[in-house]
Amino acid sequence: MRLFCFENRPRIVSCASVGGGLEQQGPLSSFFDLTENDTKFGLDTWEKAERRMNELCVSLVMQKAKILPEEIDLAFAGDLMNQCTASSFAFRGRDLPYCGLYGACSTFAESLGLAALAVDSGKARRALSLASSHFCTAERQYRYPLEYGNQRTPTSQTTVTGAGCVILGQDPSPVGILEFMPGRIVDLSAKDMNNMGAAMAPAALDTLLRYQKETQTDFSGFDGIFTGDLGAEGLKMLRVLSDREGLSLPSSLNDCGILIYDRVRQDVHAGGSGAGCSASVFCGYLYSKLLDGEWNDILLIGTGALMSPTTALQKESIPAVAHLVRIRRC
Amino acid sequence: MMDYEAFSKSRARPSPFLKNLCLSYFSGGLICVFGQILVSSFRAAGFDPDTSSLLTTGTLIFLACLFTGLGWFDRIAKHVGAGTLVPVTGFANSMCSPSIDNKAEGFIFGVGAKMFLIAGPVIVYGTATAVLLGIVIRVLMIFGIDITGWIL
Amino acid sequence: MIYLYAFLVGGALCAAAQILIDKTAVTPARILVGYVCLGVVLSGLGIYKKLVSFAGAGASVPLLGFWHTLAKGVARAIRESGWIGIFTGGVKGMAGGLTFAILFSLIAAIFFHGKPENL
Repeated sequence: MRLFCFENRPRIVSCASVGGGLEQQGPLSSFFDLTENDTKFGLDTWEKAERRMNELCVSLVMQKAKILPEEIDLAFAGDLMNQCTASSFAFRGRDLPYCGLYGACSTFAESLGLAALAVDSGKARRALSLASSHFCTAERQYRYPLEYGNQRTPTSQTTVTGAGCVILGQDPSPVGILEFMPGRIVDLSAKDMNNMGAAMAPAALDTLLRYQKETQTDFSGFDGIFTGDLGAEGLKMLRVLSDREGLSLPSSLNDCGILIYDRVRQDVHAGGSGAGCSASVFCGYLYSKLLDGEWNDILLIGTGALMSPTTALQKESIPAVAHLVRIRRC
Repeated sequence: MMDYEAFSKSRARPSPFLKNLCLSYFSGGLICVFGQILVSSFRAAGFDPDTSSLLTTGTLIFLACLFTGLGWFDRIAKHVGAGTLVPVTGFANSMCSPSIDNKAEGFIFGVGAKMFLIAGPVIVYGTATAVLLGIVIRVLMIFGIDITGWIL
Repeated sequence: MIYLYAFLVGGALCAAAQILIDKTAVTPARILVGYVCLGVVLSGLGIYKKLVSFAGAGASVPLLGFWHTLAKGVARAIRESGWIGIFTGGVKGMAGGLTFAILFSLIAAIFFHGKPENL
């Protein structure tokens, strides 16, 4: 059984999302709890800035829920940095057991699913879920120095400077996690590092096909189906691939990387990406629509490309994973 | 089993090729004209051809590093592509940008070690090719053929 | 006239690289290495010297031209010092440009900070 159904319905106690300058100028700006125009968040390195963003996000989510750290039993958190230092360093000194995760850009969906498993099992009273990314730290680690004069292709995406955090528990709350389907690693030998969306689309399709097989759904009952960060190119590929497989996906299918930016006005090419993309879009925009009752039942499919700069140089292909979480008003 | 890489490439949004071509031609040409103005100015100031050439290269490298530091180089380069990459300005930017970027890791292991991150291969293979050329020249000399006149 | 030829030739060399970037899978880094090797070869064949006298900075400013100075360095060193010039000439030729690049990069690192370009 690879679809986890939560009979005890872990509830979303609170959500918080933090963003950077580009996100502040984007269409979802008002849904962030906090956005900061200074990409260094007042500090002297980009890495410290990402940690600060995580610290702020965790503090905000606890403040909003009026919960103290000792009332949360464990945290699942991750980011794109080597050794996930943006999250681990942010939990320094906090009275909160920390379980670090790496799922690339699918980290948020992964952490949400695992936190739901912990709470539904009854073993954890409350669990926290966090993921983040930062444009500058990602560029330095995965691509080129910031000031390097390279020309990006139309298929490339822009790493979101953002963090999203959720506290799950059994406290009364209108929105809860219903189902979690962890993804399998899918690799169709895509090698183009400038088109991550196309590399991840097959993994999203694999998870959707498996979900349909388990639940016999036709996807029409959902108010929205949101992939994490396929971007315009990846979403296009997902539609093409799903048509070929005979899987009919509704027009409500959309992508967090497309929602977070205005692709016409902002220079973001195929859209947003990064662990912070699905995290900040879910914890801001998607959650608020569920909370105010405009939406009832949505799917979040966090997508991640699991290569490293080393594997890319060794001419390896790009394996990807897609984790599905169903969130519903209860 | 489909060739997914080829399939996704065929569906990918293509780069604005004609726009890139025109912009790279125009900007590359402009940088070269500017270089020519510099060379002529240095010659007129009394410097010999080799020194004028070196001073021109130095000036272009200085300006490329300045623009890189001010954050202007990448804003221009994203539009003109090869127009700033191919002239020596691209070489300068490829050394200047990792130097600035890695300052957080200190001047020895950050700036010093990473300065040749992108330009390294160009220097390595340029030197190696020069050695090959040198061997060719010297071997031809043994046979009485001197091609140094073609170069100098 | 040399200004016109500088524009035409320099622009063409950049446009050729742009074609490789947009239409083939060759990455910019490989193009630069390719241009380096091509520059030294064209110099050895005597073609580059003619191009420089025709187009001036249109031939010397692009990276191919920078490597022409490498080839000149090798030729000069062999003429002056014999076979040892095979090993000393190339680096001698690029000494000036390389020193400028190192020096100005270091100074830039002292005074400047990086910024994301899309904000």
